Amino acid sequence: MIFAEAFAWLVDPANWSGGKSIPVRVGVHLLFCVGAVLGAALVAVPLGLFVGHTGRGSVVLVGGSNALRALPTLGLVTFLYLITGGGTVGVLIALIVLAVPPILAGTYAGIQDVDRGVVDAARGMGMTGTQRLWRVEVPNALPLLIGGLRNAMLQVVATASVAAYVGIETLGRPLLDGVRVLDYAQFVGGAILIALLAVALDAVLAGVGRLVVPAGVRLSARAGRTRSSRMQSRRRKSPVPVESGGSPA
Amino acid sequence: MIEFRDVTKRFDDGTTAVNGLDLVVEAGTITVFVGPSGCGKTTSLRMVNRMLDPTSGTILVDGKDVLGVDPPTLRRGIGYVIQQAGLFPHRTVLDNVATVPLLTGWTRRKARARAAELLELVGLPAELGRRYPVQLSGGQQQRVGVARALAADPPVLLMDEPFSAVDPVVREGLQDELLRLQAELDKTIVFVTHDIDEAIRIGDKVAVMRTGGFLAQYAPPAVLLTRPADDFVANFVGKDRGYRSLSFVDSSGVEVAEVATVADGSAFESSPDWRLVVDADKRPQGWVAPDASVVPGGSLYEVGASIRGALDSALSSPSGLGVAVDAEGRLAGVVTARQVLDVIESRRG
Repeated sequence: MIFAEAFAWLVDPANWSGGKSIPVRVGVHLLFCVGAVLGAALVAVPLGLFVGHTGRGSVVLVGGSNALRALPTLGLVTFLYLITGGGTVGVLIALIVLAVPPILAGTYAGIQDVDRGVVDAARGMGMTGTQRLWRVEVPNALPLLIGGLRNAMLQVVATASVAAYVGIETLGRPLLDGVRVLDYAQFVGGAILIALLAVALDAVLAGVGRLVVPAGVRLSARAGRTRSSRMQSRRRKSPVPVESGGSPA
Repeated sequence: MIEFRDVTKRFDDGTTAVNGLDLVVEAGTITVFVGPSGCGKTTSLRMVNRMLDPTSGTILVDGKDVLGVDPPTLRRGIGYVIQQAGLFPHRTVLDNVATVPLLTGWTRRKARARAAELLELVGLPAELGRRYPVQLSGGQQQRVGVARALAADPPVLLMDEPFSAVDPVVREGLQDELLRLQAELDKTIVFVTHDIDEAIRIGDKVAVMRTGGFLAQYAPPAVLLTRPADDFVANFVGKDRGYRSLSFVDSSGVEVAEVATVADGSAFESSPDWRLVVDADKRPQGWVAPDASVVPGGSLYEVGASIRGALDSALSSPSGLGVAVDAEGRLAGVVTARQVLDVIESRRG
């Protein structure tokens, strides 16, 4: 019943044109998400690579990213909105702050998780630290690194809705408006759009993963999975629990 | 040649892994470091290519202090093989083997051609080169590890428990392969293991180390077995060392006697003597007992091989007669355990 109404809202031509239309809101939402994840990656990937490669600062990293996760997103958005004098920058920064921990954890865990024997062999063959990082550690860390990006993306897609509180036309708008005027069709329609966007973006990143993760690494990951499900003797250490996309705000 | 001069390694936690090690690894030989865990054998090995640096003392490779060379350059000139191979999962077997040549600036084409040669050298089919490490068996991975270490043709090879993760049958095959390669390539090899049988099997010289980083004895395997320096070494080389030391005594002094033979497939009659069944090429097939029943034979030994084989052949034979064969496996004669023991006794005096 409510879904039929939501569907009607979704296909209503009135909602498909103008400055507050569905395409505009999807576009704004998308821009915020991609921008936030890219911005977060620019910070978190190099930091994760450094800490994973050198092993230095891992305690600070784990503590720091847990602290970031504990920040209430809505409060952060409002706070940054106020101190940056309104506009998109504050919201973007808040989303970046939210996206950093999963990317950081994925990158760091990816590097740390590379078989110690493989890293030892790379050193023993005469690779310099930089060669070891780019030629051995990064290619083998890609599955977890991409996993981190996917987690971050899911979280940001869900959370970008709060930008609507400060007047930005993201897909949070129909949610807020729907609740305010008790128009549940609009509310559910908006939620469906957010969910679809999340699924689509996740699929895109999964596709990117398939393209960039080397075939040998994919095969080993699969072999590792079947092996560890057959017998429990293979220990896998996962130093930082990689957070799965929840719904904050 | 590798020279350890009064080398000590103390870790930050206060443990002393290697304690005043003085030792020379001769060029073109396999030297095995063996001992219980915590004896410093792996630490000693890893100081040669500067995976670790000594707290004090000097290590010379071909007369040059390793501390005077920057680690990546040093390591590219020294082959390195580790437990479970440590192959790069994201690279094909061929590219794994080509690692060091590529690092030293070879073209990709030349490095891959060299890698293909090495796969052949270690006895792997060329088509394995296109696979990924995870698609190989443990034994194959270990061979690739050896090929990778040999790729830039380094004079020195460091092997850190390379065969300990594979099953005993495969391990024995890999040991034979290493000995065959060594006969061909004449490298200076340092080999670390905790398995004394492996040490005795492949080492030209064996360094037995004891917990705390002390060198207990450094000698050829035969000496280790016959004249252990102290109780620790005697215990470590284990039981049966008297018998096992016979592996290093050749059987040339043991005269073989003739024996009555019967052709395989003929009808057997009873007779007071045991008779050896041979095929058309004179290869031993088993024994015919005095009551004319056919009994499987014991072990065979090749004339001139170790006296351990001769003794075992006599002890395992149902007739009490050990069977000697020539290089083609044809009957050369028979020996008794008494004869073999007499030779052993006479050598002792």
